[in-house]
Amino acid sequence: MTPRAFRTMKDMALPILVLALLACVPLLSPPDYLMHVLITVLLTALAGTGWALMGRYRLVSFGHGAFLGIGAYTMGLLWNYYGISPWIGVPLGVAAAVVAGLLLGYPCFQFRVVGHYFALVTLAAGEIVRILIIALRDVTGGSLGMTPHQASPGDAFAAMQFGKAGFWWIALVAWALGLLAWRLLDCSMASRALAAIAEDEDAAASIGIRVTRTKLMVTALSCALAALAGALTGQYRMYLNPESLAGLGISLQIVFGAIAGGMFSIIGPTIGALITIGLEESLRIAFGTQFTGAAALVYGILLVLFMIFLPRGIAGLLERPPRASTGRKAPAEGTVPVA
Amino acid sequence: MDPFLLEALLNGVLLGGVFALPVLGLNLIFGVVDVIWLCYAELVMVGMYAVWFLYTQAGWPLFLAFAICLPLVALLGILLHLLVVRPLLSAPPINQVLATGGVLFVLQGAATLVFSTEFRSLGVEMPPMELGEVFVSGTKLAAFVAALVGAAVLWAFLKFTYVGTAIRAIARDREVMPLMGVDPRRIYLIASAAGGALAGLAACLLVVQLDVHPFVGLSFGPITFMICVMGGLGNMLGGFLAAFLMGLIVSVGGFYGSTDLSYVVAFLFFILVMFFRPQGLFTR
Repeated sequence: MTPRAFRTMKDMALPILVLALLACVPLLSPPDYLMHVLITVLLTALAGTGWALMGRYRLVSFGHGAFLGIGAYTMGLLWNYYGISPWIGVPLGVAAAVVAGLLLGYPCFQFRVVGHYFALVTLAAGEIVRILIIALRDVTGGSLGMTPHQASPGDAFAAMQFGKAGFWWIALVAWALGLLAWRLLDCSMASRALAAIAEDEDAAASIGIRVTRTKLMVTALSCALAALAGALTGQYRMYLNPESLAGLGISLQIVFGAIAGGMFSIIGPTIGALITIGLEESLRIAFGTQFTGAAALVYGILLVLFMIFLPRGIAGLLERPPRASTGRKAPAEGTVPVA
Repeated sequence: MDPFLLEALLNGVLLGGVFALPVLGLNLIFGVVDVIWLCYAELVMVGMYAVWFLYTQAGWPLFLAFAICLPLVALLGILLHLLVVRPLLSAPPINQVLATGGVLFVLQGAATLVFSTEFRSLGVEMPPMELGEVFVSGTKLAAFVAALVGAAVLWAFLKFTYVGTAIRAIARDREVMPLMGVDPRRIYLIASAAGGALAGLAACLLVVQLDVHPFVGLSFGPITFMICVMGGLGNMLGGFLAAFLMGLIVSVGGFYGSTDLSYVVAFLFFILVMFFRPQGLFTR
């Protein structure tokens, strides 16, 4: 572990205290519904943290849904067809997503696909994964989705099938891993290198930063977290669906959560997940059957308002004056500030 | 030649004609305003609902419904520019894209609330036509012809009118043009209206071929962005040609495999183009 990440006992104390408190939540025996919402928040926060890990360095991916899907379907197919426990399947799913991310990332970074182009390439990749899941309907169940086989009660633990409390702890550990990855990255040289690359790739390369390698590193980390979130979400819901685990819709939702919370702060995506899931649940209660439409409508309006008035998200309100590396708003390429 | 392959090729060309209009619209917006409207396919969706509603619910004649659809979506384009794009003109490009992504959610959500997620069909079908040894859907052929006419009108507008010339000039050099007495704000507004009108025209052509539902935009939205970029952003002719290329890939791919997989091939092709010719296939 990079010693700079936790230099003093004080740095360690707060995260450990928070985690310990959160770990105690199931002991208060909260209602099932609340537990469900909280677990969903943690897993959504994990996906958002993964996205923001690269998003904050202007590597904006519109295809992160794909990595959720790769993680979840690898795990689900291994369990359903080969009886391989999700305890092994989840890490394998994460590994598969990392490989996929590197296969996509390497040529992207080598050929200097950046900005709009990077966003569109990742969008295409996300759609490819969604369509493949649908096209392989004989294996994956296609658009109808897929249900992991229920294990017998004796094997429930081996099959990672728990009640809400058990899953809360798993989700908590996964979420903490995501924040730990963020923190370690932040305190490493790679974070400075990435900030430099985001400002000016050529300049960064000229001072000896290995651009492709550094970008691939953060891509792998980001894909791993997204896949972990996807696999655990599938396992928790015991239902896998191409629309909710791959494609443009879910990818944009991940982006929205991270942006609303604030993608430049470690807790930003978590705040974003609290907002989006909280919003979703309250709209579900307020609108009942009209819910799907109303939620999208409110999301969309908020996303526009955030972009115009609060591009650094909620967490942006809380932070100290930002460091020069990530804080300055770069002028848009090729635009003149008119109107 | 195998008549079925011939039919697939022909359908590919017709499909390309349908892709061409939204591609031209996106290209116009990008070339002039330098913003990607991520919600472009959703503007088309709104137009499709407008035609469906006026024709089947309000009982208007189909052509009157078409005639209303164009200015309606053009108006939406103007509103989109004024409310969302203009405040973000000097923001980083990715913020602009995400804001229009928010509009995508707004339009999908509004459509779901108003029309529910049911698939709505216009129920208009023209008799198939026989060309040599193959049959072609009459509706597709009519849509194709209309798309070509739309593209020609756009070309003439850009080429022969004063405003069109200003639009082309500002796409080429947005810093100097204001000094030449062209008000970029006005040009942006006109380009947004024109982009909207093209989406409206595309809606008229699509609504006779596809059932409308709130998420219909997702079925052709991603591919139109890809075509637009493949042709070279801001390059009208390139986008137009790329539309036919993609139409052929999808249609012929569907002939040899399945429709799903043909889209996978098309998207993979796009990714490869981005690696090797990010400036666009048809850019010199």
